[in-house]
Amino acid sequence: MTILVDQNTRVICQGMTGWAGTHYSAAMMEYGTRIVGGVTPGKGGTYHLNLPVFDEVAEAMKETGANASMIFVPPENAAAAMIEAIEAGMPLVVALTERVPVQDMLRVRAALKQSSTVLVGPNSQGILSPGVCKIGVMATGSERKGHVGILSRSASLTSEVIAQVSAAGLGQSTTVGIGGDAIHGLSMRDCMELFLADQDTRGVIAIGEIGGSEEQELAEFLAGIKPEIPVVGLVVGRYAPTERRMGHAGAFAQSAASDAGNKISALKDAGVIIAKSPHLVGETIREAMAAAA
Amino acid sequence: MKLHEFQSKALLSIRGINVPEGRVALTPGEAREAAEALGVDRIAVKSQVLAGGRGLAGGVRLVSSAGEVEAAAAAMLGRTLITEQTGPAGCRVNRVLIETAVRPVRSLYLSLLVDAARAEIAILAGAEGSEDIEQRLQSGETRLERLSLGTGDALEKAAVTGLAQRLGLGSGLHSTFASLVDQLRLAFVELDATLIELNPLVVTDEGKFVAIDVKMIIDDNALFRHPELVALREEHDGDEIELVAQNRRLNYLRMDGNIGLAVNGAGLGLATLDMVRAANGSAANFMDIRTTATSLDVAHGFTLLLNNPAVRSILVNVHGGGMQPCDTIADGLGIAMRRTGRSCPVVVRLAGNNAEYARFRFANFGCKVIDCPDMWTAVNRAVSAAHGERS
Repeated sequence: MTILVDQNTRVICQGMTGWAGTHYSAAMMEYGTRIVGGVTPGKGGTYHLNLPVFDEVAEAMKETGANASMIFVPPENAAAAMIEAIEAGMPLVVALTERVPVQDMLRVRAALKQSSTVLVGPNSQGILSPGVCKIGVMATGSERKGHVGILSRSASLTSEVIAQVSAAGLGQSTTVGIGGDAIHGLSMRDCMELFLADQDTRGVIAIGEIGGSEEQELAEFLAGIKPEIPVVGLVVGRYAPTERRMGHAGAFAQSAASDAGNKISALKDAGVIIAKSPHLVGETIREAMAAAA
Repeated sequence: MKLHEFQSKALLSIRGINVPEGRVALTPGEAREAAEALGVDRIAVKSQVLAGGRGLAGGVRLVSSAGEVEAAAAAMLGRTLITEQTGPAGCRVNRVLIETAVRPVRSLYLSLLVDAARAEIAILAGAEGSEDIEQRLQSGETRLERLSLGTGDALEKAAVTGLAQRLGLGSGLHSTFASLVDQLRLAFVELDATLIELNPLVVTDEGKFVAIDVKMIIDDNALFRHPELVALREEHDGDEIELVAQNRRLNYLRMDGNIGLAVNGAGLGLATLDMVRAANGSAANFMDIRTTATSLDVAHGFTLLLNNPAVRSILVNVHGGGMQPCDTIADGLGIAMRRTGRSCPVVVRLAGNNAEYARFRFANFGCKVIDCPDMWTAVNRAVSAAHGERS
């Protein structure tokens, strides 16, 4: 089993006819992802990568039976594309676009409130279930099918941790890049909830970093439910360079929660096993799962 | 993008928000002329740096004649101002703002910001504005009122009136306050701001609101909608090197150690910094190569590292992804190493997409690098090389 995606996931690509959409859609099809069409306003009725292109998401869903959309639309129109997919009732939307304006994301989040769509990203590397489905821009090769769930705020660090988990002799059920931006869709907490409900995930790695307070929300959730499977945590940025501050409002909004030490102790108190160093995450989950078995 | 006080005030002023009359000066002579043009006997001389805490650090002076303005400007211009918000390196003062000093009846604190945790725009307001507001909040001497603006919606009249009352503003000021809040909201949305802070915002004896100091930050990701604001960046006194890096699709921050660090991805970068510290090393910079950077961009980045005399070793920690394969970064490093005359130990750790190919590229460039199989080995080699130990 996997989370968010499975062998029945039928994907359309918003922005498929652009450079990135073309390149990554082709790579995903090669991996085995069932891509069933694309959406580019004004290009409806044409074919691209041998797949039908539609003007609108709703039409593409109706014609292809798609249940997931990935977004490769440039930042200028990325939020509008997300909102279109949300309003069309698309069950899963994965936004790969980087550098989406933050005020645009406020509108996306408002649209999400009245819908049942799960949005992953933006600024996400995507979702990968080894051997089953890949919706994203990650390189493949070091992943292995297995039982470790990985959720992460960072793309390159996820690739690193996937490689470590495989090197430790384990594999991954699903890996999810929830996105590196301050305002995004699926949270660490909600992603963890999905992993804990998945029969096939027997250990979870949560990768956090400085900024925001998602790790604390995750910790609060875990403390409340006391999961039966081991959860390993890595929070990076303890020695991040201090940026020049401007004004006081940032300090009022951020509070102490954005600090790495604060996040680590919150997770530790919730029973999360903290990896001693970023290079030891694979070993840590291997030991934790062996002890739990 | 952080804006200077004079830039922020100009942007608010054209949107109908009152700011003191003033002019920017680059030299003490210009400062004197600006003061003479103002023709008032209470004048503020304000260092223009992209950080707060200037008043407490001596970066703002109140004087009463053009001669004193010139002297104050001479003392500020060209100096490095260190405040509690600049960090120990401080900020160089290249401009001063010469302004009419306003006599306040009352001082308030007012800011609009993007609250990421709640995914909304929020107003924070305090009945007393001052530079030490953080301390006074902590000690409980003062408190802030909060109102949600959602995605930038206009406030209900009752909500603004309620806020005005909680701030202790008399009913005669309520409608002026409501228009100010609405002008700020429109400016915030129009400019794609992530912060507009008025501290202090004063009330004059004529019952007018005047923004004595303004801090503004614009969302970098929204600059494509604001070419007029991109142009303001040219007037910046930000770190030269950081500006070059920005234009080369690199996220660069100066640090005070001796290892030049290059990574792809912020998370991997932060992880590397943590490991460098755990290995008793210290980084000279943080350089995150964005997914869109070309090999030439990367070459410019490595040239920055090689040209920094503080750098004693270079550590490259790259996990090639689908968007940024290892060979692009290897090519950039190769170009930079071939161009510079400097020999500096370069420790690389390449994994993921095209890692093998990247090694061929190094060989083709004839570049000697210390190739490590994993991050921890690479970090330790870079640290010992920076300490001058032969590897």
